Amino acid sequence: MQIMSILPEWILSHGAASIVVIPLMLAVLTALNPNAKLAWATVLGVTALSVFTALGLLIQVMTHGPIHYNMGGWVPPLGIGYYIDGLNAPILLLISGVALLCTIYALPSVAAEVEPKKKGPFYAAFLISFAGLLGMVVTADAFNVFVFLEVSSISTYVLVAMGASRDRRALTSSFNYLIMGSIGATFFVIGIGFLYMQTGTLNMMDIARVLQEIGPGDRVVQLAFAFIVIGLGLKLAMFPLHMWLPGAYAYAPSFFTAFLAATATKAALYLLLRFTFTVFDPSWDYIATALMILLSGMGILGMLAASLQAIFQNDIRRVLAYSSVAQVGYMLLGIGMATTLGLTAGYLHMLNHAMMKGALFIAVGAFWYRFGITQVSDMRGLGKTMPWTMAAFTVAGISLIGVPGTAGFVSKLKLAQAAAENGWWWAIGVIVTTSIMAIIYIGRMIEQAYFQPVPEIDGKPVVRNEAPMAMLIPLWIMAAAALVFGIQTEWSTSLAEAAAHVLDAGPNTLIPGAIDALPDAGGH
Amino acid sequence: MSPHVILRVVSKLLIPLIALFALYVQFHGDFGPGGGFQAGVIFASAIILYALIFGLDEAKRAVPPSWVRVGMTFGVLVYGGTGVATWMLGGEFLNYTVFAPQSTHAAGQHWGIFAVELGVLFTVTSAMVAIFYAFGSRAPEMTDEDW
Amino acid sequence: MATLFEHFNFVVVIVLMMTGLYVVFASNNMIKKLVGLSVFQTSVFLLYISLGKVVGGQPPIIAEEDLHHAPEAGAGVAKAGADAAHAGAGDVAHGAHEAAEVLYSNPLPHVLILTAIVVGVATLSIGLALVVRTREVYGTIEEDEIDNLDYHKNLEGAAK
Repeated sequence: MQIMSILPEWILSHGAASIVVIPLMLAVLTALNPNAKLAWATVLGVTALSVFTALGLLIQVMTHGPIHYNMGGWVPPLGIGYYIDGLNAPILLLISGVALLCTIYALPSVAAEVEPKKKGPFYAAFLISFAGLLGMVVTADAFNVFVFLEVSSISTYVLVAMGASRDRRALTSSFNYLIMGSIGATFFVIGIGFLYMQTGTLNMMDIARVLQEIGPGDRVVQLAFAFIVIGLGLKLAMFPLHMWLPGAYAYAPSFFTAFLAATATKAALYLLLRFTFTVFDPSWDYIATALMILLSGMGILGMLAASLQAIFQNDIRRVLAYSSVAQVGYMLLGIGMATTLGLTAGYLHMLNHAMMKGALFIAVGAFWYRFGITQVSDMRGLGKTMPWTMAAFTVAGISLIGVPGTAGFVSKLKLAQAAAENGWWWAIGVIVTTSIMAIIYIGRMIEQAYFQPVPEIDGKPVVRNEAPMAMLIPLWIMAAAALVFGIQTEWSTSLAEAAAHVLDAGPNTLIPGAIDALPDAGGH
Repeated sequence: MSPHVILRVVSKLLIPLIALFALYVQFHGDFGPGGGFQAGVIFASAIILYALIFGLDEAKRAVPPSWVRVGMTFGVLVYGGTGVATWMLGGEFLNYTVFAPQSTHAAGQHWGIFAVELGVLFTVTSAMVAIFYAFGSRAPEMTDEDW
Repeated sequence: MATLFEHFNFVVVIVLMMTGLYVVFASNNMIKKLVGLSVFQTSVFLLYISLGKVVGGQPPIIAEEDLHHAPEAGAGVAKAGADAAHAGAGDVAHGAHEAAEVLYSNPLPHVLILTAIVVGVATLSIGLALVVRTREVYGTIEEDEIDNLDYHKNLEGAAK
């Protein structure tokens, strides 16, 4: 393809490693940097490079098939391998793309929210979190997943706490997130430990191969599955384990909330997909039951409960945070069906939701930047005082509701089709009900902005004060994406279908990759 | 006479030995338990012991905070730089054999591990000391009587 | 009863795990929560290490005489660790296997635990930094008192 010739050969052969290494190394350089503008420029350069690398990797995967990269030259299962296929390549592109857009947004936003001498370390922590998320998605070694999970989580705790200069509740929210996140990651590592105990290896493909030999009856493997699902479920805000999310999203600096809302839960969801469908065998009884009852069940409960809670919040960011929990419920519902259409719908909703929520949080940050607005009741007259920002907010909002012509509609329709195909008519009812609830909580904000008079200060109406260009550009790119992907559905749907294809094939996709390395006398 | 004479004299004897032991653990990591992280923590404990006995200001004069900040980043850069060097020499990331392709007894591996463990030593020492400085520099809000 | 004694390590792990979790849930004080978290993480370390114990295993360094007996042992094989602070296990042989009657212990669980310990240390230090900052901002580290102090702010963010 044309694009491949622009990128140097080096990116394609070492891209899987460089996409993680370059942000990490430049992060430490940024930490030392006293000049905030230079730090921001470094971050911009790194994220732009990552977008190019991710694009190159995606095109290579689409045309040539999965990429195997052996870290340190050691062939798996002896060494750590990085593995990119149709399931994680779009997510790499998603994470780097969102990071790039949020970095453009960061220029005015971070200037207003973070003290000048802390900006270097702030951007450094962001780059570490970015590298951690990318690493989580790229690696094919189960323990490496835990390491990158913690790398990204720890920097996230720090970044959420940086919002304390704006609202002191950021400190307790970050502490809450720290406790819950560490428990989740430790559960995950317990699951990996049990898997290692039974299979003797940590490489995902090798684990899949050995699990096929062991079969579904092994109690320890069942236990490992349970721990892994709960650990990842905590990170992706599955219904009862979502309590950290509203606080973390609401009180973090706006730049970081926009990035976090669009990427963190998606990476954890990818891991859940990878483990449930391609490491463990979804045809086994206990996994099929878990999918249906646990994932779909908790998805449904999350959709209903979180949408209901979103209606009753007055802080805009908390409304959007609870809405995020509900959207994760949609994704889990699609995944729990375990049919091709259901998996496509869940994956597609993941991609679309990132665009919509990113746009919404950027717009909310712009509201705070110009007028200091955090409550829904203060949104009066924003349609006149910040027309472009509010228009983008509206576009993203109606995409969240699922109005035809937007990306949200495409994924919800697919989800309903998948439910119908499965015979789950009650699921369609729940989807419709929660969309009505979304109309309520988004509609409340749109009504305040467009149908209420402009507030007056000392008798004079507030004058129009649009958000700066650096905020409007990424905002409109994301909002336009929500529209474009609703009309021109080919691109995102084909990515989702490729991902579902990988998941459908189950452990057999991975096993050919389990290269039998050196004659390992005696094995494990 | 200062009330902590014994502590001061004994620590003056011990702190260099602790630092030496840290280096021993660092280089012994090839042959037994040891390596960068353990050595880093032991080395940092030597500095922290000095700070506990002689005071934070004295420790900050011996190991200035700016050195500590640079040390953290330097260690990560050494580790990453080894990987970048392997890239430049044509191998995958952190493929140490490219350092000495002709060797029969894996000399390349030896050099590679040596370099990354050195990076780990710098980073871990600096990180532990930085954490100690950060917590130790906060002014206490309770006076000694209130304790 | 005999099973209990045979699998004593698992009993210890479970007791520590549940204790740690209970302390996290039931404590009001932020530092106590961190202590509970540390106990919980320590139980996981014990799990891994007790799993990886090879009775009678030697350090996994191939001694000179074994090179003649076991040609398949090969040169040093190291498992590349993670990007985060990775403590090297040095030159290392395969897992627990018998090569000419020499039993080597398995270094892999130890490497994993080292990484997990480092992660635990980092988490603990950030948690403590948050506790220090919370103390400075709120004046207390008891969660119910913090909730009380934030009560009115939270009310205005709730239903209207």
